[in-house]
Amino acid sequence: MAKPKVALYWCASCGGCEEAVVDLAEDILKVVDAVDIILWPVAMDFKYKDIEAMPDKSILVSFINGSVRNSEQEHIVKLLRQKSQLVVAFGACAHLGGIPGLANVANRKEIFETAYKLTHTTVNPNNVYPQPVTEIPQGKLTLPEFYDTVKSLDQTIDVDYYLPGCAPPPDLIMKGVLTLLSGNLPPKGTVIASEKSLCETCPRNKTKPDKMVIKEIKRIHEVIADPEKCFLAEGIICVGPATRGGCGERCINANIPCRGCFGPTKEVIDQGAKFLSALASIIDANTEEEAKKITEQIIDPIGLFYMYSLPTSILRRKQGV
Amino acid sequence: MYKEITIDPITRLEGHGKIDIFLDDAGNVAHACLQIPELRGYERFAIGRLAEEMPRITETICGVCPTAHHMCSTKALDDLYGVEPPPAARKIREFQYNTFMFEDHNLHFYFLGGPDFIVGPDAPAGQRNVLGVIAKVGLEIGKKVIDIRKRTRNIIQTLGGRVVHPVNGLPGGVSKGITKEQQEEWKKIAEDAVEFAKFTLKAFDDIVLKNKAYVDLIVGDIYKHKTYYMGLVDDNNRVNFYDGWIRVVDPDGKEFAKFKVRDYLNHIAEGVESWTYIKFPYLKNVGWKGFVDGKDSGVYRVAPLGRLNASDGMATPIAQEHYEKFYATLGGKPVHNTLATHWARVIEAMQAAEKMVELINDPEIVDPKIRNMDFKTPKVGIGVIEAPRGTLYHHYETDEKGRLTKANLIVATVNNSAAINMSIEKAARNLIKNGVVNDGLLNMIEMAFRAYDPCFACATHNLPGQVPIEINIHNKDGEVIRTIKN
Ligand code: SF4
Ligand code: SF4
Ligand code: SF4
Repeated sequence: MAKPKVALYWCASCGGCEEAVVDLAEDILKVVDAVDIILWPVAMDFKYKDIEAMPDKSILVSFINGSVRNSEQEHIVKLLRQKSQLVVAFGACAHLGGIPGLANVANRKEIFETAYKLTHTTVNPNNVYPQPVTEIPQGKLTLPEFYDTVKSLDQTIDVDYYLPGCAPPPDLIMKGVLTLLSGNLPPKGTVIASEKSLCETCPRNKTKPDKMVIKEIKRIHEVIADPEKCFLAEGIICVGPATRGGCGERCINANIPCRGCFGPTKEVIDQGAKFLSALASIIDANTEEEAKKITEQIIDPIGLFYMYSLPTSILRRKQGV
Repeated sequence: MYKEITIDPITRLEGHGKIDIFLDDAGNVAHACLQIPELRGYERFAIGRLAEEMPRITETICGVCPTAHHMCSTKALDDLYGVEPPPAARKIREFQYNTFMFEDHNLHFYFLGGPDFIVGPDAPAGQRNVLGVIAKVGLEIGKKVIDIRKRTRNIIQTLGGRVVHPVNGLPGGVSKGITKEQQEEWKKIAEDAVEFAKFTLKAFDDIVLKNKAYVDLIVGDIYKHKTYYMGLVDDNNRVNFYDGWIRVVDPDGKEFAKFKVRDYLNHIAEGVESWTYIKFPYLKNVGWKGFVDGKDSGVYRVAPLGRLNASDGMATPIAQEHYEKFYATLGGKPVHNTLATHWARVIEAMQAAEKMVELINDPEIVDPKIRNMDFKTPKVGIGVIEAPRGTLYHHYETDEKGRLTKANLIVATVNNSAAINMSIEKAARNLIKNGVVNDGLLNMIEMAFRAYDPCFACATHNLPGQVPIEINIHNKDGEVIRTIKN
C-alpha cells in the first residue's frame, strides 16, 4: 500500500518550527518510514510545479508554519489547501500570527519607513525603497507584494487542526503526527495540546492562593522570582491563566513567566482580553484611584498580553490605516 | 538582447532567496544578483514594547540562531540599565553561548556546507546531503552527530527553558543558575564535545586537505574576494564569541579599526536598493563604492573567516594549533578564499568546545548570585555578539520607563549581503561562458553562498536533501528555453 503523502511548508517563518522537526532526533526516522514527504522546501528538492500536477486531495496532510505576509505565501497555501485532505497550522505564527504578528501595530508604509529610512545606520538620501519591479539595463527584477497586514493561516485558508507553540515541542509534534496517521481523527478545529489551562498543570499552582489578590504589578527584571511561587500571585504578569497547557511549562521551568505561545484555552477567542479579565478580578483595589494606579503599572498590554496572538485578537490590527 | 536565468527558489533567509542571472548576446554574464524577497519589520514593531521583553521578541527573527539574538538582546539590556552581570551569571551565559556555537557550527558542517567536500563537489546532487555524508563516513558517525546535537541542545533547553527561543536572559543576569549536579553532568558533555571537535578536524584534514583537487578549489580564484574583515576579539586580539572589541582589518590584514560597540555608529552605515528587501552595510570611513573588492570599497565580511582574519589568534590551545596550520597552509594572513570559511568554522567549533570545558569546570559557575539589579535609568542600550554567521548588533532607545522608542538591528547575515552578491556574480561569470550552462553551475553557485551562511540555506541542515534550486533560462520574450533542477 502506498504510504500517505505529507507536505511541510513554511510561510513567514523564523525557521524555528523546522528546527523543532529536526529536534525529533531519532523519532524522525519513524516519521520518514511511515509517510511519503512530497514537499519540504527546506530539506528536499520538490518544486511547486510537482504539487500543481497532483490530483486534488492527494496529500493526506500539509503542515504549514509561519504567518501569511506576502502574495507568494498566500498563493502556495491556497494551492496546498486544494491538494490536501487535511491542513495543520503548525506553531504559533500559523496558529495565531505569532510574534511577527506584532507588526500589525503598524502598516506597510510605517514599516518601510522605519527599516529603510529612520533606523540609525541607514543612509538613504534618495529615498530608495524596495519596489515590486525594478528596471535594470539588462531587464527587470521583481519582488513579491508585501502585505499591509500579517495574517494567521486560518485567515487565509480553511484549517483543520492546530499544533501550538513557539516552536511546538517535539513530543507534541510526534503525538500530532501519530494521531493524524491513526485515522482516528479528532473534531475539526482541535488544537492538539491540553484542554486545560497552563495554570492547571503548572508546578507553581500549589502556591497559588484560593483567593488571589495583587496590589502591585512588577516587571520581570525588577524582582528575583522565587522558583516555587506562582508568578501572578507575586504580582508578575504571567499569561498562564489565559493560555492552553501542554508545553511542559517550558518557560516557567527556566524561572520566567509564560507569555502565551500556546494560545488561548478552548472557547476563548481573544487571549489578551481573557487575560485582562482574569487580571481585573484579582487586582486588589478599593477605590477607582487605587485601581488606576495599579493598572498604570501595566505599561504595554499589547506586547504583554498579545505577544503571540495579535493578528487573531478582536483588535486585529492598528485601526484607521 | 539579454537572456535571463532565474534561480528560484533557493531556500531561505527569513523565508526565501532568489538568484537572477542575465546573459549578454555572446552568452556571458552581464549581471547577477541575489534578491531577498522578505521583510518583517522588527525595528518598527519593537517601538512601544518593554525593553525586558526584547530578548524573547527579537529572537524570533531567526529560529536557527535564536540563542544569538536572545543573548545579544540581553547584553543590550545590560547596557541599557548600566549593569554588569555577576561573575556566575556571565559564565552561565558564556557557557550557554559556546554550547550553542558548537552545536550550530557542527550542524552546518555535517548537514550543510560539509557535504560538498565530504561527498565531493561533483558527486551526484542526490548524494550531496547528510545521508550522503553518513554513507561516506559510516552510520556510527552519523549517530554520533545526532547524539552530540541532542545532548548539547538539551543543555540549552535546560538553561533557556525552550531550545528554540530560550527565555532566561535578563538585564544584569540570568533567571536560573546551574546546580552542582548539572555541573557534573555537563562536564562530561563538554569533554565529549572537545573529542567530537577533534574528530571533525581530523575528518576535515583527511577528506579535504589531503585531496589536492579540493585544496585547489579552496585556494583558486573563483571564490576569492579581497575585502575588509570584522570580528569580536578580546584584549589580546583573540577570537571571542561573546564579548570584547570589534576589530576590523583591511584587505592586507592590517588593523583598520578597533572599537567598543557603543561606537558602532561611527563605523557602519547601510545602503538601500530597490530590487531587494535586504540592506547593504559598509564601512562608513571607507564608503560605499558598489559591489566591488579592494581597499577603496567599504565592503566587509563577517562569520568564521571574518573572525579569524580579524583576530591574532584563537583563545584556546587546540583551536590555536589549528589556526596556525590554517594560515600556514593557505599562504598567510589574511585568507581571502571564501571556501576556507568551512575550515575556519570547524576551528571555531573547537574553540567553543574548549570554552565549554573551561567554563563548566569553573567553580564559580554554580554560585547562586546570578542577578545584579543596581539599575540606572534606561536610555540607550547597545549589544553585540558573534552569531555563528557573523557580528550581530542590537541597539535600543527607550523612555525612562524602559519602553522602546527606537531600535536598530544589524543581523549577522546582513553584514555579508554585499559580499554574498559579489560571490554569486563572480562564480556565475567564471562558470557561464559563451552561453554554455551546465548542471555544475548549480552547485558552484550554491557553494558560493553556502560558505557564508546556513541562514538562507539552513534549510538543508534539516534532513535529506540540499538547497532546492531551479534555474530557468529565459529568452528576451520570457519563454523558458531551458530548465535545470538539482
Ligand atoms: S511559531 Fe515561533 S518558531 Fe515557529 S516560525 Fe513562528 S516564531 Fe518561529
Ligand atoms: S499564573 Fe503562571 S505561575 Fe501561576 S500557576 Fe498559572 S502558569 Fe503557573
Ligand atoms: S510557558 Fe507559555 S510561553 Fe512558555 S512555552 Fe509554555 S505556553 Fe509558551
